[in-house]
Amino acid sequence: MSPLFLNALEVILNGLMAGIMYSLVALGFVLIFKASGIFNYAQGVMALFAALTLVGFQTGQVPFAHLINAMFGTEIHHWGSGMNTFLAIILTMIVMIIFAWLLEKIVLKHMVNQAPIILFMTTIGLAYFMEGFGDLMWGADIKTMDVGLPSGGSIWLEDFTKGWAAEGTEYYGMYIDVLDVWAAGIAILLVIALTLFSQYTKTGRALRAVADDHQAALTVGISLRTIWIIVWSLAGFVALVAGIMWGSKSGVQFSLSLIALKALPVLILGGFTSIPGAIIGGLIIGVGEKLFEFSIGGMIGGATENWFAYVLALAFLMFRPQGLFGEKIIERV
Amino acid sequence: MKIKQFGAALVAATILATSVPVAADLTFPMLSYRTGPYGPNGAEFADGYADYFTLLNERDGGIGGAKILTPECETAYNTAKGVECYESTKEGALVYQPLSTGITYQLIPKVTADDIPMHTMGYGRTSAANGKVFSHVFNYPANYWDGASVIIKHISDEEKGDLKGKKISLVYHNSAYGKEPIRTLEELAKKHGYVLTLIPVDHPGQEQKSQWLQLRRDRPDYIIMYGWGVMNQVAIKEATNIRFDMSKFIGIWWSGSENDVLPAGDKANGYKAVTFHGVGDNYPIFDELKKFVKDAGKAAGDGSNLGTALYNRGMYAAMLAAEAAANAQKIHSTKDLTGAQMRDGMESLKIDQDRMKALGLEGFGPEINVTCANHGGPGLGAIQQWDAKAKKWSLITDFVESDRSVIDPLIAEDSAAYAKENSIKERDCK
Repeated sequence: MSPLFLNALEVILNGLMAGIMYSLVALGFVLIFKASGIFNYAQGVMALFAALTLVGFQTGQVPFAHLINAMFGTEIHHWGSGMNTFLAIILTMIVMIIFAWLLEKIVLKHMVNQAPIILFMTTIGLAYFMEGFGDLMWGADIKTMDVGLPSGGSIWLEDFTKGWAAEGTEYYGMYIDVLDVWAAGIAILLVIALTLFSQYTKTGRALRAVADDHQAALTVGISLRTIWIIVWSLAGFVALVAGIMWGSKSGVQFSLSLIALKALPVLILGGFTSIPGAIIGGLIIGVGEKLFEFSIGGMIGGATENWFAYVLALAFLMFRPQGLFGEKIIERV
Repeated sequence: MKIKQFGAALVAATILATSVPVAADLTFPMLSYRTGPYGPNGAEFADGYADYFTLLNERDGGIGGAKILTPECETAYNTAKGVECYESTKEGALVYQPLSTGITYQLIPKVTADDIPMHTMGYGRTSAANGKVFSHVFNYPANYWDGASVIIKHISDEEKGDLKGKKISLVYHNSAYGKEPIRTLEELAKKHGYVLTLIPVDHPGQEQKSQWLQLRRDRPDYIIMYGWGVMNQVAIKEATNIRFDMSKFIGIWWSGSENDVLPAGDKANGYKAVTFHGVGDNYPIFDELKKFVKDAGKAAGDGSNLGTALYNRGMYAAMLAAEAAANAQKIHSTKDLTGAQMRDGMESLKIDQDRMKALGLEGFGPEINVTCANHGGPGLGAIQQWDAKAKKWSLITDFVESDRSVIDPLIAEDSAAYAKENSIKERDCK
């Protein structure tokens, strides 16, 4: 095979992996939008907050240490050497559930029946609040995320594919980051778990009922407020997974909240209400932007991915305005 | 009525007392950023900048007997906010250090009109080194082009002086800042015969898979990076993923902090960056900072950053500003300075190694000799290398001079173009 063909294959493979990383973020948006019609602007910040909390527990950091020290003149930073990663993940999940509960009690319950734009604005406020709160709680310094997942180029794949190129050509084998493979596996498990939860559990069916029709769900006794707590907790869990994966690549820092920007074209393409849409949309965006950069990017100065993802999503919108898997909204007058 | 009048007077007095510097206070406004995607870096620099002035206040009673004020305004590395901060703090300001190339570009005409100097140390508009055109902008002791040239010199040394046919890639932040070294590297490529490849990375740089797949295919002999913020951490991590020889990956000083290498762990060992100042806390000044600032509970941050690359840079910037202020006080025989007088102090700043030793910073930076024509200083740089096990940088070269034969004509060309665009008549610097 020619190295050019193999390189294109490599780009597609890595595009799929990048797409899954985008999908991980998009999933959180979809969960909340499906159940409540809220476009959660704070989803990226939730990933940051969850990752900060996880690293904080792992490393034994004292929350609000800067504030405590400033107020009482103390010099506390850590309460010990930290804790086991699994326990830290469980505790972080509990924090995200408490966050969802408080959010419902303090904010969302006052927003019932408000226009979608008001709910959207609320999440903008929430994003800014959480950014500052996260900084105050865990500090603004860059933290290293290590949950024991392997990373780095797969030597096995490289060696296995080295001989695929035609003899006499320069080819170094195919590249894939092992962390991306783990992310793909975890994303698949996450989607299976979410699907099973929504199909086969009572709560899951209630979630679907609320997603289908709020009013009808209320009339059969489903508590909208409980559903919102569950949905925001689930979105918190998805945010934690996304935070771990993205944080493993770049360290945990404010920029983690900007991964939401990578999820937007995925949502436009896949639809705001479909979990499979978030996955397929992510894969299409990932492969599309990487292939474009590989084939045309170099000719037009490079760094095309950020804008090309949106162009691709908008191109799909011309044919399916509701996104690939979105529900067609028909309003009869 | 009297109570109302008293209340109003009290409010007015409070506002005046808290917002306006009193006579003989020296005001160094800090356009800092502790929030946003570049906050972790901005905070370290700002801490170093503030702590040095706190040290002077606590130990020496300020500069020449005048207390120092450092009002801080958060820019979040946002150009519009930076300009707002400038406008709101310029009353009585002596010098600005915006730590952003974008903000610098916007402030160049403003500071010139307001007669306030601006110091863009190692960033900003490189051709501002030409003092004949940029009367109020200073970028000593080194600029982006010096950095690029010193990196190429280092690579040349590593390759025993022969760069012919070598492949060098520049991975850069796709912004005005990141694009700054391109022209210089192209000119140096013509001179040395290496092949330059340009790899842009869009803000913020969280996802760089395409760029690193390309680099893996291209197999460059060396990679140079002009990044900032998360772009650095991701790039270094990706370089380790493709098992690139980290000793052949060299960043500019803005890609050379602890923040950039720590997330990649042990694999980042050997990564290099160019710097224009010393590394670590093995200088007497840090004992003073610990005694008078950190241990006294007066540090701007939590005191844990002393000796980090960006803290040191902020501290160095404050030291240069303080020395210029002292020089201005001497020239104008007054302890109460204006921006214009501060500019005079900066334009005739001379710091030799004896003075550096007296400051507790012997060998921390090169000697400085600013003149009317040369606002760029000596243009020296050294290479620092990361030791992942010890988690610290160490200097592996001396401070070496950049290639003036390439850089000076570029500065002359670019500053002449700026002067023409803005109808600026060159100053006579005889």
